[in-house]
Amino acid sequence: MNAVIFFIFAASTLVGAGGVVLARNPVHSALFLVQTLLSVAVLFLLQDAELLAAVQVIVYAGAIVVLFLFVIMLIGVDRREALTETLRFQRPIAVALGAIVLAEIIFLTGHTWATGAATQSGVPITGSTSSGDLGNNIQRVARVLFTDFLWPFELTALLLVVAVVGSVVLARGSGDRSERSIEEPSSTADSESAS
Amino acid sequence: MIRLFAADPLLTGDIDLTVLLIVIVKTLIIFVMLLVGVMLYIWAMRKVIADMQNRIGPQKAGPFGILQSLADGVKLFFKEQSEPAGSDHRVYLLAPYLSIIPAFLAFAIVPIGGTVSIAGHMTELQLADPAIGVLFLLAMSGIGLYGMMLAGWSSGSKYPLIGSVRASAQMLSYEAALGLAIVGVLVHSGTLSTRAIVNQQAWTGAGSIFTDWYWLPAIGAFVIFLIAALAETNHPPFDLVEAEQELTGGFNTEYTGIRFALFYLAEFMNVITMSAIAVTLFLGGPNGPGLGFVASDSWINTWFMPIFWFFLKLMVLLYATVWVRASLPRMRYDRLMDFSWKVLIESAFLWAMATGAIVVGRNEGWNLWILTPAVALGAFLIYFVLMACVPSDKELEEIR
Repeated sequence: MNAVIFFIFAASTLVGAGGVVLARNPVHSALFLVQTLLSVAVLFLLQDAELLAAVQVIVYAGAIVVLFLFVIMLIGVDRREALTETLRFQRPIAVALGAIVLAEIIFLTGHTWATGAATQSGVPITGSTSSGDLGNNIQRVARVLFTDFLWPFELTALLLVVAVVGSVVLARGSGDRSERSIEEPSSTADSESAS
Repeated sequence: MIRLFAADPLLTGDIDLTVLLIVIVKTLIIFVMLLVGVMLYIWAMRKVIADMQNRIGPQKAGPFGILQSLADGVKLFFKEQSEPAGSDHRVYLLAPYLSIIPAFLAFAIVPIGGTVSIAGHMTELQLADPAIGVLFLLAMSGIGLYGMMLAGWSSGSKYPLIGSVRASAQMLSYEAALGLAIVGVLVHSGTLSTRAIVNQQAWTGAGSIFTDWYWLPAIGAFVIFLIAALAETNHPPFDLVEAEQELTGGFNTEYTGIRFALFYLAEFMNVITMSAIAVTLFLGGPNGPGLGFVASDSWINTWFMPIFWFFLKLMVLLYATVWVRASLPRMRYDRLMDFSWKVLIESAFLWAMATGAIVVGRNEGWNLWILTPAVALGAFLIYFVLMACVPSDKELEEIR
């Protein structure tokens, strides 16, 4: 049962990923991206990572891709994308980096030194262990996030704030306050941080 | 994967045919209930608004015109479906379903009754009780947004496009406020499961209306939730997405027939679901006093009374939405965005933080007489500092 679901949604993930690259229309690309994100959410559910699945749907499908579409709609999709490269050697470098990432992922799936040994493999997420009840997936994630990984967590929040301030500064231009749209850039930037 | 929904005692043991049948019947009941509910809600809305405006309202179809929505539905179903020449065909067909399916799914987490026994199986009267609970509602309303956006875009027409750009900006903004308002309850409850939240608001006497139900401990979150839920469902006074005076109808201008009906169905279903979630989170869900003169384990007290209380509370909230629809004029678009980003989200944030401080203080045994004023003072200070940073309308005019 689980294997069947896995293969269906793994295939769906790959079809969506291919569609993102191959679709001619940017809106169709964004929709294929949503397909990929939702399929990955199902794969998360198969791994009992319910919170991750919910966050994936809410943040990525529900907010980020919506923002993509929002921008595409505002700018319009009629403009043809030029195929000439603005940065030289962009494509070879992209291929090389992609190959490195792929090799990295394949290497890491066989090793655990980067993530640490898998904890309590085979123990049901909702079950209690000898060290006491660890709670369900959500409670476990919360406990880890606010104890062991509190420092990186807060740093990430700071990073997002810096990104928001930076995008507001860029969108408003330096010193020139005569532009008409005052609220628009800041509101979209804020919603990125909220997500 | 079945483990995800195992909070329901129905699914803890072996899954046999009876269990499967119970789940299917529950699904069908919720499906039919939502459809009939929308029909009755539209009829009641038209009647109540007509009353408030000194009119009679629908009266020809059936007694008191109660079949009017059904007649409208049948008419729409048999209408010709047109499609603009410049449309994006596949996305145009997809959009109504992206609206309607999340609207159906979101209701699955609402507890509409107590825990009962059907054919020897104990089960909760709700379709699903996942551990992610209310997050499921946020996920579904996030997906439902696509229906509206893509409908406007794929029509290949100007007014619908403006409508859908408005829709995406508005719903994204108010979804943030809605989520933060829900946090105000979750800090109290310590769980996301709707069933667990409802169980914490159990009826122990008339006093539990004020002490156990979350509307009073989380009064700020309650107010913010109601406002944000109205905006999230594009309900007046926040229905700029389909402002007929400005946009000839908005995102659904180019839709006809059953596809048009699907959008309306989804919209009213979302109103019902949001009201039901408000009942669940803030008003005790199906909890209420049983009938004292009947045995406590008779079917009246286990089956009937919780369902009765749930629907009574739901109808009070739905009546309030109709009242708002009849009373308030539509907001201006820039005011709408300002209101979300400059008022609602900050307030919801501060309310969640203040609630967190007070809940921790209560658990740790701090002196609440000192803590509560200190937290309130701190929240007000932060709020005024934030507000001082926001340029006023006058300053914005000068910049322009």
